[in-house]
Amino acid sequence: MKSRKAKTAGAITIGLAALLTSCGSEEKPTGIEPKVFTDSLFAVMKSDRTNYTKMIVQRLGPNKGGFIKPNEHWEDMEDGAPLPAQMFRYGAEGVADMTSDFTYSLQSVWPINKQNGPKTPLEKEGLQFVADNPGQNFYGTETLGDKTYYTAVYADVAVSPACTTCHNEHKDTPKTDFKIGDVMGGVVIRVPL
Amino acid sequence: MKKLLWLFWGLSSVALAGFLGYELLVLPEKPTFHIGSSSSGHYQIELACSACHTEPFGGGEVIQNACLNCHKDELEKALDSHPVKKFNDPRHADLVSILDARYCASCHKEHNPDVLHDMGVSLPDDYCVQCHQDIAEERPSHEGMGFETCASAGCHNYHDNRALYEDFLLKHSADQLLHLDTSNLSTLKKYLDSTGVKWQGDDELIEVSKALYLQYPEQHADWLQSAHYSNDVGCLTCHNVPENKKLGTNNELNIVNELQLDKPVDEVCVTCHEEETLGFQSGKHGMRVKQALQPMHPSMARLAMHESGSGALSCASCHDPHKTDRTFAAVDACLSCHNDEHSQAYKQSKHASLDGIQQVTCATCHMPTEVKTIKGHKLLGVEHNQNATLRPNEKMIRSSCLTCHNLQFSLDALADEALIKMNFNGQPSTHIPSIDMARERDNKKMQ
Repeated sequence: MKSRKAKTAGAITIGLAALLTSCGSEEKPTGIEPKVFTDSLFAVMKSDRTNYTKMIVQRLGPNKGGFIKPNEHWEDMEDGAPLPAQMFRYGAEGVADMTSDFTYSLQSVWPINKQNGPKTPLEKEGLQFVADNPGQNFYGTETLGDKTYYTAVYADVAVSPACTTCHNEHKDTPKTDFKIGDVMGGVVIRVPL
Repeated sequence: MKKLLWLFWGLSSVALAGFLGYELLVLPEKPTFHIGSSSSGHYQIELACSACHTEPFGGGEVIQNACLNCHKDELEKALDSHPVKKFNDPRHADLVSILDARYCASCHKEHNPDVLHDMGVSLPDDYCVQCHQDIAEERPSHEGMGFETCASAGCHNYHDNRALYEDFLLKHSADQLLHLDTSNLSTLKKYLDSTGVKWQGDDELIEVSKALYLQYPEQHADWLQSAHYSNDVGCLTCHNVPENKKLGTNNELNIVNELQLDKPVDEVCVTCHEEETLGFQSGKHGMRVKQALQPMHPSMARLAMHESGSGALSCASCHDPHKTDRTFAAVDACLSCHNDEHSQAYKQSKHASLDGIQQVTCATCHMPTEVKTIKGHKLLGVEHNQNATLRPNEKMIRSSCLTCHNLQFSLDALADEALIKMNFNGQPSTHIPSIDMARERDNKKMQ
């Protein structure tokens, strides 16, 4: 009798274990890894940003062609054009209008506009990390409001004289000795978990 | 007796339910359900609940969408300094938890007149402190300034800073005026030709028009001087003659007697003047029409008005369709209704004393001329939303003041409420220090 009970209990245990294992395997995430997702997004952002800076601002702006005047207040100028950082921000705002599956922003520990300095503890840590460790990215999780986010930070590197000249000469810049290839800030991408 | 009481109770209940139900479901305005007076911007349409409560059980998003239905375009045009999308970024979750700037109603709560301030703001005047409490660290010049002065002293505006931002102050600090760029304008004729519109219709209608001219010599004479005439807009573009009264089926006199507009005058005008009509319906003159309510009448206004004024407002209140006298539309039409101190002082003002095209009219500031690109044509038009430059009044710096006055004078004058009441008949008694501060900061940075 004892043995039968034990057998029954054993069978139930194995059954439950099988059920739980089965449930566990169903719950296993099958989508794209957050890191792959944010790395891929950054690749697109970096490519577009570099192209706009080199092909439009550098080629047509005051450093070369002189056909356009990239300026923060470009809307107020007949020949004004958005700065690369603004173009990037407009992209981020356009994405935010379409989806809440991810958000991104361009920040720096040397921001011209103080609003674009790091704000959350993870932003501060990540931006400092990419500035101190060229070539490396930073990944982490953080809770903002009542949501948890996977947050990735990627170095934003000066790719043309348009970047360094403008930042070094701006009256509000806290740093005046940027060179091409320097880390000037970082792209912060957030994915809600 | 008891039965009678029950019957009375029952009938009364049915009557009350019928009265309330009819008002709630059928009538466009619902005074019985109105829970409290609204701001000066919305009081005209406050009884049309569905103007804002577009769904019966909607929450914040429904109200927000209603706000944007009317105000989205003007916020975009103003290059809104605090757009909603800025606060959708999770990095601002801490700020949003203090003041949820993703929703207009967080700052502009209606139906509670006791807490309303200028611009329909329902927050205390020092609301900027919520996010900018450490501004003095970045701008030492702001040390000690009260947060209630940020938006009230002529320095900043929450939404529209187009005439207040630092680089603009510096650029216009040396008496640089701002003129409307009217180069390369298209002509109305070219524009109309490109639309393919043929105003006069077929030969028969032209013959009818000719007959009408004979019967209405006074209107005909006015029409010959009008823009309608020079653009081939004749009688039958706007007026209608019933089929059985047209030429050939009856005599000319009958045609004249049957001449009519087959729809309200505004609906006739909008056929060609769509931009102007949209502007009119976006401002206080036409916002009731936009909500399908009876047109605004001076007797409904909160501002001081002449009792009857021009009557119910329509395009024809300011524009006689035969004369198209823009001088009347720019001053006399306004003063036929408006009777506040500012309006009463106009005729004695310096602005009014200028001659010819230099004269600064009511419309110069409140309905400024602007360049618009419509269907690829750069055209000169008039902003028919009188509210577009009215509040906050710094909005009229770029569109009007800077045409003749320097920026410092403009800022000072617009911040002087007593001077505004006198219709700017005098010198400003206040000095807005924002240009001085911008210069000082610029000089320090450049050293």
